[in-house]
Amino acid sequence: MEKRAIFSNRFLPLALIAPQILITLVFFYWPAIQAVWQSFLIEDAFGLSTEFVWFENYQLLFTKAHYFRTFTTTMLFSFLVAFLSLTISLLLAVQADKSIKGAGVYRTLLIWPYAVAPAVAGVLWIFMLNPSLGMIAKAMRSAGIDWNPLLNGGDAMTLVVIASVWKQISYNFLFFLAGLQAIPKSVIEAAAIDGAGSARRFWTIIFPLLSPTTFFLVVVNIVYAFFDTLGVIDSMTQGGPAKATETLVYRVFADGRLGSDLGGSAAQSVILMFIVVGLTAIQFKYIERKVEY
Amino acid sequence: MASITLRNVDKVYAGGVQAVRNVSLDVADGELVVLVGPSGCGKSTLLRMIAGLESITGGEIRIGERRVNELEPAERDIAMVFQNYALYPHMTVFDNLAYGLRNRGVPRAEIDRRVDEAARLLEIEPFLARKPRALSGGQRQRVAMGRAIVREPQAFLFDEPLSNLDAKLRNQMRIEIRQLQRRLGTTSVYVTHDQLEAMTLADLLVVMNKGEVEQVGPPLDVYERPASVFVAGFIGAPAMNLIEAKAVNGRLTAGSGALDLPAPAGVDTVRVGVRPEHLHFGSADGAGLTLGLTVDAIEPVGAETYLHGHLDGSPRTTLIVRVAGKSLIPPGTRIDTHAAAGDVHLFDIATGKRLPD
Ligand SMILES: Nc1ncnc2c1ncn2[C@@H]1O[C@H](COP(=O)(O)OP(=O)(O)OP(=O)(O)O)[C@@H](O)[C@H]1O
Ligand SMILES: [Mg+2]
Repeated sequence: MEKRAIFSNRFLPLALIAPQILITLVFFYWPAIQAVWQSFLIEDAFGLSTEFVWFENYQLLFTKAHYFRTFTTTMLFSFLVAFLSLTISLLLAVQADKSIKGAGVYRTLLIWPYAVAPAVAGVLWIFMLNPSLGMIAKAMRSAGIDWNPLLNGGDAMTLVVIASVWKQISYNFLFFLAGLQAIPKSVIEAAAIDGAGSARRFWTIIFPLLSPTTFFLVVVNIVYAFFDTLGVIDSMTQGGPAKATETLVYRVFADGRLGSDLGGSAAQSVILMFIVVGLTAIQFKYIERKVEY
Repeated sequence: MASITLRNVDKVYAGGVQAVRNVSLDVADGELVVLVGPSGCGKSTLLRMIAGLESITGGEIRIGERRVNELEPAERDIAMVFQNYALYPHMTVFDNLAYGLRNRGVPRAEIDRRVDEAARLLEIEPFLARKPRALSGGQRQRVAMGRAIVREPQAFLFDEPLSNLDAKLRNQMRIEIRQLQRRLGTTSVYVTHDQLEAMTLADLLVVMNKGEVEQVGPPLDVYERPASVFVAGFIGAPAMNLIEAKAVNGRLTAGSGALDLPAPAGVDTVRVGVRPEHLHFGSADGAGLTLGLTVDAIEPVGAETYLHGHLDGSPRTTLIVRVAGKSLIPPGTRIDTHAAAGDVHLFDIATGKRLPD
């Protein structure tokens, strides 16, 4: 099928895409180029002079054990966030797909978290889980669970994972629900007649047919966990305690804005940029081919 | 194989729609029953209740000796062919056929044997390694049939299995389904709203209307002795002519002319039915029906011609006469027609039921 639009005037298409290109250039390419440039510079402590140092910023980065710790923290954090938010939202979507009555209310409630700003989500969960103020924290303490995200790194990680997962569930849920509703009902009925129980139907029919959606969401969720959780982490733990919840992006943010190590921060940004480009490339490559079935 | 028995079956959907009302039906072992009726009359609902895909609000369904009301679809030992085929899009044709057998733990060698046999029967062997989307509509239809027969179930259920095919393929598949069903001798329930399918496939025809059974019988019996105005109008194409007639001095009249028929005892008005092919030119000699009409339009369909006209003195009573071959009668011509007494059907105006002959 012909997908191209046909324009008789050669300049009209250019004029139509010009604003988009301009915005992309000014807000994406320009800062990206600046970051690359910046990552080759070292600024003295007072910001009075800068020196061009080629890859020294990168070398410094990789010689710090600290950076690797941030790296593993990010991996753990991203895996937990992506895995949990995908699993929970798939469970919820399967339930919503089954029930007809009250599905509207159920859906609306599930979509709300997505409308909440990351920092607000962070604050919300802090209120509930703060060791001295939070309702849930209080309940846990009275149940004899030792909970203190301000001191315990594991608890802090749990905290940011919960808040980040909670925020992403809506998005995943919508996609999973749409994916489930696109599966013809008669195919599932045919499987039921063919003697497959509900668990078997799920794993042999529904899950494989949902795989394009799942794959798309896996990439989106990893990107989310890498980048969009900055607000949550900043409002809840500021990367602490003892950098237990410091992810790569949070570190860029902290080094660049708070620590004013512009060169090092820029070098980290460039590394992150490569990660995003890699993930996006994978996504395009496979989404284009629609994950074979 | 097994018989299927329905006793006073009701279905009320959540929301209060009564889709099926008090349906009783006996399908003998090895018989092919066709459910036919207009859109929304509850055919699919009834079939899905037999399959176990819809709960049964009232009554009882038995397959063989077993009451199946409470059984899951898988436990009823039936196979269903869906209108959209419902093939598993991510599996090869082989796996589509084998899926039901694997779920039931049939040994591998046996699965291979049965799939091969079904594939040979349906001539789909060359496609066993393909996915459904790489098949034509007719080939998918065959795979759907194959999936039903490999299971060797107690009964086949078909929900308009041919309605997505073009006319030629539909004719071919209709004949194949009939032959296959005869050969396997599997009890079948077949839903359609296609007249031709209904008439040619059925051992027993069930005409449904608004959730209720209007008439059950062998197809030709239903055609020749429709039990109600609804069946008379629904079975047969073009539809039966229906004329409202009055009794005057013991004879029936309609429009401005006499029908030449004796009025049944004790009725003032009656609905008279006569099929288009039973109207012949000229007036009746002796017992029979006489109709005078003016031709409004002619419709040549090749082997025969339909004359569309209206009854003398009643422009709103439209009539169709079916004439073999070509007809050269120009529109506007007034003609006399007659029908033999045995080809005339009388129905009660109020209830629509057939009056005793
Ligand atoms: N899930 C449902 N919930 C509520 N009402 C339904 C449902 N499914 C069907 N109905 C209603 O039940 C009636 C019978 O529907 P059914 O699908 O059995 O008709 P059908 O005879 O198969 O028609 P068609 O020839 O168009 O397929 C219709 O009035 C329909 O609107
Ligand atoms: Mg139907």
